[in-house]
Amino acid sequence: MSTVLDKRLLFVTGKGGVGKSTVATALGLLAARHGLRTIVAELASQERVQGLFSSEGGEGEQFREMELAPGLFTISIDPQQAMEEYLRVKAGPFGQALGSSRLFQAFAMATPGMRELLSIGKVWELAQLHRRTRGAAPYDLVIVDAPATGHGVGLLRTPRTFAEIARVGPIAHQGHTIAETIADPEFTGVVAVATPEEMPVNETMALVDELARDSLALDLVIVNALYPARFEPDEVDELSQALTRTRSALARSALRAALSEHARAATQREQRDRLRERVDGRLVELPYVFADHVGLPQLESLSLALEESAL
Amino acid sequence: MNVAEMLEGKRVCVCAGSGGVGKTTTSASIALGMAATGAKVAVVTIDPANRLANALGLERLENEPRRVEPERLETGSLEVKGELWAMMLDPKRTFDELIERIAPDAARAEEIKANRVYSELSTAVSGSQELTAIAKLYELDQEHEFDLLVLDTPPSRNALEFLDAPNRINSFLEGRALKAFMKPTGFGFRALGRGAMPLLGGLRRITGIDLITDLTVFFQLLGDMTGDFSQRAAQVEQLLRDPTTAFLLVTSAAREPIDEAIWFGQRLEADGLPFAGVVVNRVHHDLLGDREPREVRRSLARVLPPGLAVRVAENFRDYHVLARRDDHNLARLSGQLDERRLLLVPQLDDDVHDIEGLLRIHRYLFGSQAERDRLIDDLVA
Repeated sequence: MSTVLDKRLLFVTGKGGVGKSTVATALGLLAARHGLRTIVAELASQERVQGLFSSEGGEGEQFREMELAPGLFTISIDPQQAMEEYLRVKAGPFGQALGSSRLFQAFAMATPGMRELLSIGKVWELAQLHRRTRGAAPYDLVIVDAPATGHGVGLLRTPRTFAEIARVGPIAHQGHTIAETIADPEFTGVVAVATPEEMPVNETMALVDELARDSLALDLVIVNALYPARFEPDEVDELSQALTRTRSALARSALRAALSEHARAATQREQRDRLRERVDGRLVELPYVFADHVGLPQLESLSLALEESAL
Repeated sequence: MNVAEMLEGKRVCVCAGSGGVGKTTTSASIALGMAATGAKVAVVTIDPANRLANALGLERLENEPRRVEPERLETGSLEVKGELWAMMLDPKRTFDELIERIAPDAARAEEIKANRVYSELSTAVSGSQELTAIAKLYELDQEHEFDLLVLDTPPSRNALEFLDAPNRINSFLEGRALKAFMKPTGFGFRALGRGAMPLLGGLRRITGIDLITDLTVFFQLLGDMTGDFSQRAAQVEQLLRDPTTAFLLVTSAAREPIDEAIWFGQRLEADGLPFAGVVVNRVHHDLLGDREPREVRRSLARVLPPGLAVRVAENFRDYHVLARRDDHNLARLSGQLDERRLLLVPQLDDDVHDIEGLLRIHRYLFGSQAERDRLIDDLVA
């Protein structure tokens, strides 16, 4: 765990619906508590992280670094704005003119991989000690709330692909620089989030192989939303018998809910063990959050759980 | 309304929703249920869980629908009068086939497939799954082999991606923007006027000349085919708008998927796309009703030792938090749409990975209103 927070750039990926944003933000809170100036960067204008900090819906200002908690910032990266910023910095007035040309925008946004390249370029910029953005303070840690697993690996690969396609010139150069940063295990880490269910576990196992193909390592797997083990296996009979004995409808409901959760918890543990075997120790667990939504108190307790699991 | 009523007279059912809400399972269950009514149904899925794929006999990627052997469907509880077919989509292969179909000759198709811009386009880029899924749907629809096609949309994080991604790729393939830049007499130059030359210089300076060259070669290869892409995109668009197409939203009852379902529903309406209904999976029904939480402890104390009773009560309390959450979110959802178009599938004890599992869901999707109400009453009672 400590090694993960030692990186400067952390990609958090996982199948849709496993709680990537929640986990990325909990990691961010943990890092900020340890005195690291941290930013959680969301891609594709999801604005979920900001949503976690407000009570209803998630509509906030886009593409601005915002402080969510002491030492914890967030930004929602929009490829188009990333492009305009890049052009402005790289090519001055020409760049500005180009960036504001609707035709050029349409062309750039439609070019395969360009959105990904621009997004990851902005992520890279955030992680630099000397920020390209004028007057911007550096971060100790950039946590990327990355797209779903399949696309996530594509994202990590994009800079190199572009460097290869463009061969020479500024894009090639930029692509190479970013690719080197991603390939540097001291600088960059990858964290996979999975719920202990068949599909997310399969995807995470596939991710290990995919990353290896690009000579990247999976630094940590976070198993999210694990049900508590409330009942011992030998108590199940007791519960089932009570279910036949009781005349109270309410007791029956409660007993059925207990048996149901126990069954799910058991399946979850099988899936978790399958994953643990594959990733060999690089796995920590987060409990299921029983709450109507995940807000700051829940995120705080998840970040504490992450901290404890590292010890 | 149940699914059969929602899909009456429909030839295409697009199951859309954000990731992790049980879209694949729901699609398979819908296809099975419609096959049971006597229809010849094909379900096109992207990435089913291994066990579900095995249960449907989808061991290999074949990129064509294959009939699920009737023996696999013989479970005793549901008679399948029609036929269930299933396929797993191979996006890269579908893209290649699309190029082969549109290319004027085999040599050109090979050249395009070998082009680096194409290989990036057809594999790594987000959106290629969405585009190829729709392309396959269109192709199968054209063949008129099936009464109903059920499409399980790609596992993106957000449902809207399914509508937006293909347009992005199509507009690239149409190449208008790029061609406008590349042709000295093109629209771009005229539109940009005297500023065009330095702008083009700037473009080259920023992107690198080779990338522009590669793109130019790619578009030269595509040549007249770009027109075919535009034409196909228009036809696909027409298919999605057709009154015989139905969009079915799949969601769970948690806050974010419900938010997305609401947005998606609004987007369908705004775009004039045919909306059929919403399937809400993993619903935690309220089991407490108007009774007091301490009654739970009391009633359990009579049948369980104290320590165990406390833990069962704790579990119930946690469950009830989720039930209240789901209630609240379902109220928001039904405030936004016709309540009769809402189908609730409760949280089940296990993930669905076989035909039996699909049948467990089937009752909640295909039962009459009275039957579905009774199922939920049984749960709550």
